[in-house]
Amino acid sequence: MDKFETHTGVGVPLRRGNVDTDQIIPAVYLKRVTRTGFEDGLFAAWRADPSFVLNNPVYAAGSVLVAGPDFGTGSSREHAVWALMDYGFRVVISSRFADIFRGNSGKGGLVAAVVSQDNVELLWKYLENHPGAQITVDLVARTVTAGDIVAPFEIDDYTRWRLLEGLDDIGLTLRHESDVAHFERGRPSFKPVTFLG
Amino acid sequence: MSGTLAEKVWDAHVVRRAEGEPDLLYIDLHLIHEVTSPQAFEGLRLAGRPVRRTDLTLATEDHNVPTTPGPITDPVSKVQVETLRRNCEQFGVRLYPMGDIEQGIVHVVGPQLGLTQPGMTVVCGDSHTSTHGAFGALAFGIGTSEVEHVLATQALPLRPFRTMAINVRGQLAEGVTAKDVILAVIARIGTGGGQGYVLEYRGDAIEALSMEARMTICNMSIEAGARAGMIAPDETTFAYLEGRPHAPKGADWDAAVAYWRSLRTDDDAVFDAEVDIDASALTPFVTWGTNPGQGLPLGESVPDPESFADESDRLSAANALAYMGLEPGTRLRDIKVDTVFLGSCTNGRIEDLRAAAAVVKGRRIAPGIRMLVVPGSAKVRRQAETEGLDRVFTDAGAEWRLPGCSMCLGMNPDILSPGERCASTSNRNFEGRQGKGGRTHLVSPIVAAATALRGTLSSPADLNADALQEA
Repeated sequence: MDKFETHTGVGVPLRRGNVDTDQIIPAVYLKRVTRTGFEDGLFAAWRADPSFVLNNPVYAAGSVLVAGPDFGTGSSREHAVWALMDYGFRVVISSRFADIFRGNSGKGGLVAAVVSQDNVELLWKYLENHPGAQITVDLVARTVTAGDIVAPFEIDDYTRWRLLEGLDDIGLTLRHESDVAHFERGRPSFKPVTFLG
Repeated sequence: MSGTLAEKVWDAHVVRRAEGEPDLLYIDLHLIHEVTSPQAFEGLRLAGRPVRRTDLTLATEDHNVPTTPGPITDPVSKVQVETLRRNCEQFGVRLYPMGDIEQGIVHVVGPQLGLTQPGMTVVCGDSHTSTHGAFGALAFGIGTSEVEHVLATQALPLRPFRTMAINVRGQLAEGVTAKDVILAVIARIGTGGGQGYVLEYRGDAIEALSMEARMTICNMSIEAGARAGMIAPDETTFAYLEGRPHAPKGADWDAAVAYWRSLRTDDDAVFDAEVDIDASALTPFVTWGTNPGQGLPLGESVPDPESFADESDRLSAANALAYMGLEPGTRLRDIKVDTVFLGSCTNGRIEDLRAAAAVVKGRRIAPGIRMLVVPGSAKVRRQAETEGLDRVFTDAGAEWRLPGCSMCLGMNPDILSPGERCASTSNRNFEGRQGKGGRTHLVSPIVAAATALRGTLSSPADLNADALQEA
């Protein structure tokens, strides 16, 4: 997982609340055997509508999604985070995230930044008045900056630390690789292996 | 310090413990299959990580495989199986593919090879990993990210669970099986009753069970919402393991057994919760609804949703009856089925096939009934054929199939049609589980067999009553 300190990229205003994971990526895209390439499933149903925000070429390079409250509800599928990241998003801003989605985001390296709904409204207006404008997300200072708007955001300390250090769950465990190796040396010889000698 | 079985196994696997962080637990055995592993291997590839312990990892093909001869025809299933084969080859993981004598349902294969042993931690990207707890192992299902985690590190960060004793005391009556015990447990504590717990099944009724019967019980711990189910190892466990291909040999065997004998809950240990079940009061159990907690003794009738005190239970029962096409008050014994499925990781072992064969031997299944008999592994199938059980089933008019998950989960060609009603020895009666619109009644192998013969939900005792009437 890449380290995340600050990120500046095109902000995409998604004026919708209760964006559930079936909307983020419909079940039909889950039969894949790959870990990447889910970008074509992202918001698949909504993208059929030409007026959907991501169909506007000005947002083609969008990397900061600004969404309504209760983002990521419903099914626990990790594919929702994968689809957002495969599409190019590094940050989602919302006033409230579903718990499982927020947990999956931390695992995948996507920043789920909790910003007050008042500030989300300000960001929406700014982005709509300046299509293609950039947003800077500073994880060190926990601020979101767009034009003159500087909004604080919340993220739990543990997740923030892991994102700053670029540690995914596996990376974290691998930091304790010597403990694992030490444990392995003490395992009894009667424990089975899957290869028969 | 005194502790429960689950706590002892947990403590013996803590690689690292730090304040405010989950324990890092070592994993002794990681079983994989084609459905939940592709993205895990892909993740390893993307990060440039190898599989840390290929010698503690084993793969088999089960969920997608057809149970009739010939190749996989469904393109999505085919890709999943081919991907598993490629991944296992690339990362050096041992795989038992379709057609191999060691192939079978992942939870049948591990124990039959002797790979599942007391005191181990066992994980698999499948919720029915709880099956392996029958040996006194701490065994639980994990998600795809965790599969990748274990492949890369052979360890998992985990928050401790609570412990619940399920005390099953007394003697089971003739015709009452392990399946009836676990269905009764789930009906008692509910599908969420075990949430956050590791269940330990205890008591003389459990001690009297064979290893295969114990596996049936632990298998469905997940249907009670539990993370895992366990049974303390004893002489029955050791006798089952001795001589199996991966069981310890010689001095290792003696050392292992000495350790295994220590794996029991201390007399003064305290469980976070306890449930008592009177084994002698149990009778054959069947489900009438669309979750595994909606079950009743076979002698009872379909309940009236209005009879439930809780509002959400009432709603859930009403929805279940609508889906199942059942009327309140109908005697469960009067429910006609179209199909009988004998198999799955719950009841696809040799003892299950023997018990069902003993019921159908010399008889014919009822006209219009389709009965699928699907051994849990190629070894089970071969053993059954050695004993002539295949002929018993085919002579009765049943279909004798190749090993796999089959009709348990609608991921392969064995599915129900909309409205089709099935008596099934599997573990889940969710809407659409056995195929869109399919109606599932969970039953034991001998109830499945008697149902196939009579065409309505039945126990072997009903066959005897029929015989008396005719005489």
